[in-house]
Amino acid sequence: MKILVCMKQVPQKDAPLKLNESATWIREDVGYEVNEPDAYALEEALRQKEKNGGEVVVITAGPARAQQVLREALAKGADRAIHLEDDRFTTLDAFNVARAVAEAIKDESFDLIFTGLQSDDFGYAQTGVLLAQLLGWAHATIIMHLETKDGGIRVKRELESGFFQYVDMPVPSVLTIQSGINKLRYATLIGIKQAKNKPLRKVSFDEVSGALKPNQLAIEKLYIPQKTKKTEVIQGSPQEVAKKLVAKLRDELRVL
Amino acid sequence: MAETILVLVEQREGKLNRVSFETLAGAQALAKQAGWTVEAAVVGNNIASVAAEIAKTAVAKVYAIEDKALEQYTPDGFVAALKAFIEGRKPKLVLLPHTYQVRDFAPKLAASLGAVLVSDAVGYKYEGGKLLFTRQMFQGKFAADVSLAGEGPWFASFQTGAFRGDQVEGGEAAVEQVSAATGEIRTKPEAPFQEAKQAVDLSQATIIVSVGRGIKEQKNIEIAKALADALGGEIAASRPICDAGWLPMERQVGSSGQTVSPKLYLALGISGAIQHIVGMKGSRNIIAINKDSEAPIFEIADVAVVGNLFEIVPALTEEVKKVRV
Repeated sequence: MKILVCMKQVPQKDAPLKLNESATWIREDVGYEVNEPDAYALEEALRQKEKNGGEVVVITAGPARAQQVLREALAKGADRAIHLEDDRFTTLDAFNVARAVAEAIKDESFDLIFTGLQSDDFGYAQTGVLLAQLLGWAHATIIMHLETKDGGIRVKRELESGFFQYVDMPVPSVLTIQSGINKLRYATLIGIKQAKNKPLRKVSFDEVSGALKPNQLAIEKLYIPQKTKKTEVIQGSPQEVAKKLVAKLRDELRVL
Repeated sequence: MAETILVLVEQREGKLNRVSFETLAGAQALAKQAGWTVEAAVVGNNIASVAAEIAKTAVAKVYAIEDKALEQYTPDGFVAALKAFIEGRKPKLVLLPHTYQVRDFAPKLAASLGAVLVSDAVGYKYEGGKLLFTRQMFQGKFAADVSLAGEGPWFASFQTGAFRGDQVEGGEAAVEQVSAATGEIRTKPEAPFQEAKQAVDLSQATIIVSVGRGIKEQKNIEIAKALADALGGEIAASRPICDAGWLPMERQVGSSGQTVSPKLYLALGISGAIQHIVGMKGSRNIIAINKDSEAPIFEIADVAVVGNLFEIVPALTEEVKKVRV
């Protein structure tokens, strides 16, 4: 199976984020990492390749720094990478990112496309579904299991409250992958070495700009959320804090 | 000419998903401000009773969009039906609850109409005739006001808890049956099921002690379990802990796990990612212990302790045991 994995680079989870001057985005001087659900998507693709053979291709759209995500993916076992490289890719709304990806892969013939179910920065959870719509493919979201079978695939969708659902689907399809579907592997030293020789195709903004339309979503303002709740801060040594908390639990909250 | 807000109500196996009332409440509030009209629609097969229940709210009309092919939810089926319906009715704004089902079809529906969806919004702002949707960004660290371009239809899905279902205005609306447009349906779903026998029902617990990534290692969960035992409460966790297999999935609190509202929720080493918060923000008292003073969990905590849980939690367990002898 030929599988494309769409991956995104996002600010590190514990990076201290600050607003930029125009308060429309964050300052970029933070550490970055791979979007966690995308790491699970990659892992699932690699496992499918190990089981059934085929090729795993990774793609990202972003500045030069995003290449790190592709390098790590190649080191883990992906076969080749595509980098839609330009700062402007981070300014596109989800529909346009999907258009850019569709344009970049138009000469390829993938059987499956995976994305993480959502990104940790925007959290829109849309790119994969939009890509399916653009390509005219079937799709399913929040996938926790995948099996290939004659003429297609069988996936397990996660639903709310501990429910699941099996769905039989055709190929090609787009799947958005849920974290926890598998356990992530580490890149080996050999893998990291081999990654250097794997093909990495760069695609410029101009090459895909013809497929783009004006953004339909815009962030007018980014700001620190207004707190509506009144929070009591308890300080002191661990023992002092413990005593204060117990007093609160017993006398105020009456749970002891 | 008043614009129309169309609320897409969700039903699962013929039963109304009650989170839809939250979306209706939001729609009614916006409609009042903007001078717009609210209508509601529900898609499925044999859903007359669901439509009838929605008809008891203050909406101008309820549409039951039905076909045998829509008995089970599929993205192809629902999008074909709704695309045709929306093209006919031309609402200005389509509002949906941000459920797993909506995540599965709403972006496709919007795109099929050349439109976009603002997903997982926590509210809206209507000022000077301009409509903005508020979203959480970076796992809740920031909020964003998002605008939509073009004339519509605009689409937005609201996060669970963004509005209160019990604030829906009552009314009496007519129900119109609509024969759904159908097309090719490429996915074959089976019936939803629950995995293992749910040995623990966290939604019944009065006290929950919950651990997140800050617990660092599996063996450290013992510290939290000791506290839970001392308090007579249940242990729970955020998703990453369950993904790692450190606690069973049935102990997960969050959008994909259980939604809880205990008398006391102790969040230990939990940063407060959105998918976790939606599962516990209804808790009556939230005490959060985290070494990061900027952790979003502190936005919703009643009591905040910025510190090292590995020192504080054992001390707390000791103090609790003294009192609860």
